[in-house]
Amino acid sequence: MARQSFDIVMPSLGADMRDGTLTEWLVAEGDHVSKGDSIAVIETNKGAIEMESYYSGTINRLLVQPMLTLPVGAILGTIDADSNTETDAEENADADIVTDNEQPVSQSISPPIHNEPPIVPVVSTAPATETSVRALTSQRLASPIVRALAQQQQLDLRGISGSGPQGAILLKDIQTLLQAQSAASSPSEAATAAPSSKAVTPKTATSSRDSNAMREAIAAAMEKSKREIPHYYLSHEIDLSVAKQWLSQENAGRDPDDRLLLTALLIKAVAILLPRFPALNGHYLDGRFEPAPAIHIGTVISLREGGLMVPAIHHADQLSLNDTMLALRDISQRSRTGRLRSSELTDATITLTHIGDRGSDSVFGVIYPPQVAILGFGRLRQSPLVKQGQINICDTMTVTLSADHRVSDGIQGAKFLHALSQQLQQPELL
Amino acid sequence: MASETMSYREALRAGLEEALNQDPRVFLMGEDVGRYGGCYAVSKGLLAQFGAERIIDTPLCESGFVGVGIGAALGGMRPIVEVMTVNFSLLAMDQIVNTAATLRHMSGGQFHVPLVIRMACGAGRQLAAQHSHSWENFYAHIPGLKVLSPATHSDARYMLGQALADPNPVLIFEHVMLLNEPGTVPDKPDAPMETALIRRPGTDISLITYGGNLPKALTAAEQLQQDGISAEVVDLRCLRPLDKPTLLNSVRKTHRAVLIDEGWQTGSLAGEISAIIMEDGFWSLDAPVRRVCSAEVPIPYPRHLEQAALPQVEQIVTTAKAVMEGR
Repeated sequence: MARQSFDIVMPSLGADMRDGTLTEWLVAEGDHVSKGDSIAVIETNKGAIEMESYYSGTINRLLVQPMLTLPVGAILGTIDADSNTETDAEENADADIVTDNEQPVSQSISPPIHNEPPIVPVVSTAPATETSVRALTSQRLASPIVRALAQQQQLDLRGISGSGPQGAILLKDIQTLLQAQSAASSPSEAATAAPSSKAVTPKTATSSRDSNAMREAIAAAMEKSKREIPHYYLSHEIDLSVAKQWLSQENAGRDPDDRLLLTALLIKAVAILLPRFPALNGHYLDGRFEPAPAIHIGTVISLREGGLMVPAIHHADQLSLNDTMLALRDISQRSRTGRLRSSELTDATITLTHIGDRGSDSVFGVIYPPQVAILGFGRLRQSPLVKQGQINICDTMTVTLSADHRVSDGIQGAKFLHALSQQLQQPELL
Repeated sequence: MASETMSYREALRAGLEEALNQDPRVFLMGEDVGRYGGCYAVSKGLLAQFGAERIIDTPLCESGFVGVGIGAALGGMRPIVEVMTVNFSLLAMDQIVNTAATLRHMSGGQFHVPLVIRMACGAGRQLAAQHSHSWENFYAHIPGLKVLSPATHSDARYMLGQALADPNPVLIFEHVMLLNEPGTVPDKPDAPMETALIRRPGTDISLITYGGNLPKALTAAEQLQQDGISAEVVDLRCLRPLDKPTLLNSVRKTHRAVLIDEGWQTGSLAGEISAIIMEDGFWSLDAPVRRVCSAEVPIPYPRHLEQAALPQVEQIVTTAKAVMEGR
């Protein structure tokens, strides 16, 4: 079986993402990577994300220099997949056709790349010859003005996805490229650095994140949610006295760094319950619900400079309580310093939001599409509860569920909240 | 002198009056121009003012009286010949195309034909097919002729004087839908008659037109502005020779063009302008050039069908939006 060459493209890390900045390659040409290895750092309006490889194989070409902003789908490089790579059959229907031809051709319509040096779409120090630029630009449909600019300014059009008819590249599609070019303060250094060089320091998430861009991203997702998802809302007051007491005892013997947070307990409780409530865990896509086979719990992390990140804790149902705590600490930290992985931002199956101890008594979340449910944890507070005719002062928390009515009904949601309440009465079992 | 408000018809008459007053060699000739006051009432009152020797009613014989006009021009006069509508001018086409347009060239520059032919053109007044066509492209095709299309009141007022000063035969097309519109006439011409003018500046798309469709293009530009599209409206003014630099500069600025022409699309002036843009402005384009022309039918008589056959504001807007998307 012939080895297949795949394009490494600018990933879409959410429906609202239009472009991203390649800030750093984490691999060099010739490196061997396994599926899931981080290969590059992409700066988006959600911060710096580590992009994972979809394939196991050898990095063939790195075509784009760091610090360049490109639209989703732009080709960043190519990878020669190992012949035994297990790839998703559906995802790679096109690749099968390629395999039938038994030719190691690139999957995209970009020209096969041979031995020319990586083309850097920034102002180059030495102007390319006219013929070489023509070779670059003639392979794609592009409007005449785009072709003329490409020739004048040495732009490589191969990685650009066009919005015109038949994918033709229009002026607006290369606007970011042109801006990047005019904004490049030290273009010659960027141009001459090897693609794998780490000399260019990636911008940190905090320094470069544009809070307006993040607000736009949140707005886009929430607008879509409120427009498309018929939400229903439930709330349930849960007595956490036992859980809190158990947690205090448990933490008493631990170093401050190892102490458990109540949130970890809640995540764990939700995770082990979800297999019994598949209608709350999955994605609503193309007019139908797909229950998720795994449980990846997205956790809303508020950023100090404003805005939110919702990274997922993968396979939360299979983690011990300690591991859940470690995972929570890890994603919180990485959310605030950047460096989340792309899968962590894209494959959550349900979201959990926590308003915090200084917040409100309850929070009703807006479902993050295409998910179908979001749990809201209010402030932990003391309140009177009536138990067996007696008024007791208890530690309580209002837990809410916003769920997609196309997928589930209130009674299922209520059962889930009730089960969660029961679960949290036996913290030692978590 | 301050600018004046008058109808397009009054602006034309003011131009005629001035020409007749300024130069004794100028006379007006045509069907019904005298006693009837002109088929569109443009020359009303001029017979009483200037007399039957200078305001001459002719028989129904376009080839004959256009030929007389050519002879008079050769003989040193400055004739203004009115052909009732462009449709009837086809009867005089032989005189215009084979004689007026060629004599300067065939005489090696010894004879000039300083003739001006005015005619009404265009549709929209329910005059049926034989009175409603846009043949100006036929004349714009002919070397040796100059073809003017005054779309504004200022041009209606001043282009005649400029045409009379030109040693070549000049044809002036007056769109019938403009005649009753009031407008402002400044105290001097906007520009030399052969210069195209930007009637509304814009940055996103060029709407290139002339004559009776200029007001439609301007209205379309207003509507596009509401959708955030900045349209530049180019008024050609002179259909031969075309002011290529002005229209190309506009396209180089906006990267997109829609041509609006009341002629039929096949073999239209819009087709010629599109070809000019392809040849000299191709590398500045971001989308294919599009044309809004009349439906390829003889212009119908019923009002709704007539309107459906003509370029309309809505069509211009829709086409411009499609071009903005690269379609």
